[in-house]
Amino acid sequence: MLASILASGLAAGAIYALVGVTYNTMFSTSRVMSFTAGQLAMLGGVFGSMFTLKLGVPAIAGFVLTLIGCALIGIITEFVAVRPVLKSLDQHLYVLSTLAVALMIQQVAAIKWGTEPQPFPRLIGWGTGVTDEKFWLPVVACAITILGLEYLYRRTLVGRAFLAIAEDNFAARALGLPERNLRIASYALAGVIGGIAGFSGGELLLAFFANGALLNFYGFVPVALGGLGNNRGAIIGGLALGLFQQAANFMVGGIFSSVAVFTLFIVVLLTAPQGLFGASTARRV
Amino acid sequence: MTAVTTTPPRDDTSRAFRAALPHLAPFLAVLAAALLLPLVGNDYWALIGTRMAIYWVLVSGLNLVVGFAGHLAIGYVALLTLGAYTTSVLVAGNVMPPLPVFAALPIAACVGAVFGVIVGLPALRLRTFYFAMSTLGFATIVTQIALAWQSVTGGGIGIAGPEFPAPFNTAWGFYFLCMAIAAFTTWISANIARSRFGRALIALRDAEVAAEATGISKPNMLIAIFLLAGALAAVAGGLFASLQTYITPDAFTFDLSILFFIAILIGGRGSILGPMLGTIILTILPEIAAPLAAWSTFLYAVLLLVIVLVMPGGIAALLDFRNRRPLASNRAIVPRPAALAEIMRRSSAGSALSLRGIVLSFGNVRAIDGLDLDVAPGQIHGLIGPNGSGKTTTLNVISGYYAAKAGAMTLGDRALPPGLPVLRATQGIARTFQTPRVIGEASVLENVMIGGSIEGRATFIEALLTLPRNRQDERRLSAKARALLGVVGLEALADVRADRLQHSELRFIEIARALMLDPVFLLLDEPAAGLSNDEIERLAELIKAIAARGTGVLLVEHHADLIFDICDYVTVLNLGRTLAAGTPADIRVHKEVVSAYLGG
Repeated sequence: MLASILASGLAAGAIYALVGVTYNTMFSTSRVMSFTAGQLAMLGGVFGSMFTLKLGVPAIAGFVLTLIGCALIGIITEFVAVRPVLKSLDQHLYVLSTLAVALMIQQVAAIKWGTEPQPFPRLIGWGTGVTDEKFWLPVVACAITILGLEYLYRRTLVGRAFLAIAEDNFAARALGLPERNLRIASYALAGVIGGIAGFSGGELLLAFFANGALLNFYGFVPVALGGLGNNRGAIIGGLALGLFQQAANFMVGGIFSSVAVFTLFIVVLLTAPQGLFGASTARRV
Repeated sequence: MTAVTTTPPRDDTSRAFRAALPHLAPFLAVLAAALLLPLVGNDYWALIGTRMAIYWVLVSGLNLVVGFAGHLAIGYVALLTLGAYTTSVLVAGNVMPPLPVFAALPIAACVGAVFGVIVGLPALRLRTFYFAMSTLGFATIVTQIALAWQSVTGGGIGIAGPEFPAPFNTAWGFYFLCMAIAAFTTWISANIARSRFGRALIALRDAEVAAEATGISKPNMLIAIFLLAGALAAVAGGLFASLQTYITPDAFTFDLSILFFIAILIGGRGSILGPMLGTIILTILPEIAAPLAAWSTFLYAVLLLVIVLVMPGGIAALLDFRNRRPLASNRAIVPRPAALAEIMRRSSAGSALSLRGIVLSFGNVRAIDGLDLDVAPGQIHGLIGPNGSGKTTTLNVISGYYAAKAGAMTLGDRALPPGLPVLRATQGIARTFQTPRVIGEASVLENVMIGGSIEGRATFIEALLTLPRNRQDERRLSAKARALLGVVGLEALADVRADRLQHSELRFIEIARALMLDPVFLLLDEPAAGLSNDEIERLAELIKAIAARGTGVLLVEHHADLIFDICDYVTVLNLGRTLAAGTPADIRVHKEVVSAYLGG
């Protein structure tokens, strides 16, 4: 049982962590928490199943097409729901505009793709039981994504520009950084990360339209635990959440595991509103 | 000023009615339409009308949470589910002997109220997106529990909804019952909206810091509102279960939550009529466009996006004709300080405000470093110094936004507890802010009335049912606010939305708001910033008149002329310490002050 808990916990945790990183990637350049993060991961599964199973595209090409599709959705989000409300960030209109876009994505998926969970193809075919690829694939995808992001942020100019904007938007613009283009790029990147989460977790979660809302919540918990914009916190929080949830799942049953997760979420947020690894609050007066 | 013509008192009620008629007319029109529906519609329309009324019962409560308090509660279907199951289970008798439905409904309301608070409490700590997520999470859980707890809820198979006794067991009978309940909830939510509680909610939403300074307690306000909204949602749930005749967890989709939430946003914040029209529109929309029924959530989402991007004020802003009339552009603020004598209680407390050895640091910076300060009653005490010398920080320590690390504050012989800004108003300390913190969407009069919130004596229940004590409160507060607006010279603008005013006018609104408390001490943070020379002169007269009523004034200001003109005593700060203190004449010639600050 321990092996099952570990395998499914780490797999689910890796997906939650990736959705958390998707939130953070969008947040870093725009200060916007977007409801589309979970939907992007849902689309990763739906696009993946559509390209590989329905249209018969080879797995690698299907993967690339999925990521392109998700990146496009990310860019559309930036244009439709983020850019127009950035001027009034303090009114929190972004909560509503991104919610609207997320609902549209979900509804179109439900109508065009169907409301039943549909199968996702086996990609590689390695492993059985607890070493099945559906368990280790998300973990590997998560690790590769993190390494890729670390390389991007530390070694490339674009990545450093991302960091500069995340650190201080005004100063970055004063330095002449193309803030708007970088923001679009970060939304495309968020789409890619969400797509990776959905595609690698496709065998575990299936191609199901309602995954979006679910992942929205379970992906946000690690962000809340780890602190906004803190990728390391999101990864640790995501894996911990996955293990906690699966342990509760095996021990007390599925329904109470979600009650347990929700309780944990509320308790942590009320005791440490900035997250366990978060930064301090802004001054009020 | 000429003498005001007195009107006989018997005209009062009819005049009040005539003033209220434009506000009431749309509601009466909706009510008339609801009463006429049975004459023109068939049973199918009875069903839609009933559904509309039930949704509105929930939305009218949720509107106070979302539209007035500004908390993005997007998961309210959870409370509808809770109410529906509680009523059905109690009537079916799954856990205890069956109850009649009219006994089950109030019990469901109580359960809903308790859970309304549990779901809402995170709002005290969590902001916007976080709170939205926590309500969303709660919505998921409730459905899962309903699914899992088979012995009580019937699980996926479901449970029969409660049946109402005659005459409410026909389509139209039930319709009239729901309409009556909906009319009642409209009335109570409008009562709350127009009372000091409604104003306080908007103040907490748009100017939380200023609301605290006037003594409005956020936890108390929010708990009251969440109790009410939860109870109404649960009642709506009970009616909903009866309308469905049979409920399963599938009946409570998240789409319903979205409908409730979007109805309020389409309607507009801080309005009752808007969300009501929003609910009507969203309920009818899928019915009149049947092919679009599958796309209804998509339509709602598009509507939401359009509202946010194009028309953030919603229907309410569209219908707000009064605030589209242009204001006079050459208006001047002409305060009448003389009138203060009739309005303001003379401050009799002869107690001084004194600070001893106050220390406050931000990280390694000592913003205040061992400050002593005494403000005598009736005295105007100037606090000046270069930028960053700790003037505003001192005000914030006095009004409790910062808790000093060391030192003591006393008001008379009582110690002022550090922190706790909400308690300052009860001790008679009022303040204004460096950047005016007023509620843009409320009228000037309402903004001033906020200042007297703690003087209201009616409880939440009395306000809910607009009992005599609440009406007295309202009359007293609005008369005093109007009089104070006369004192600061803004009475002509009393009914204008505050965000249409000029900066200098906002400063005078803040002063009027502070005076609502009849403060023992008034803290003014750069009241002259952004004012013209004429306005500064009038401000000086006003401040002098306030001090003459026995109120101690602590004035932070950069206009040296104003300080030297009106202050009895001046303290000069530098790097968080007192550089000099004395009468204006002493300070003017103080060598270090001249070189450090005044120049020349």
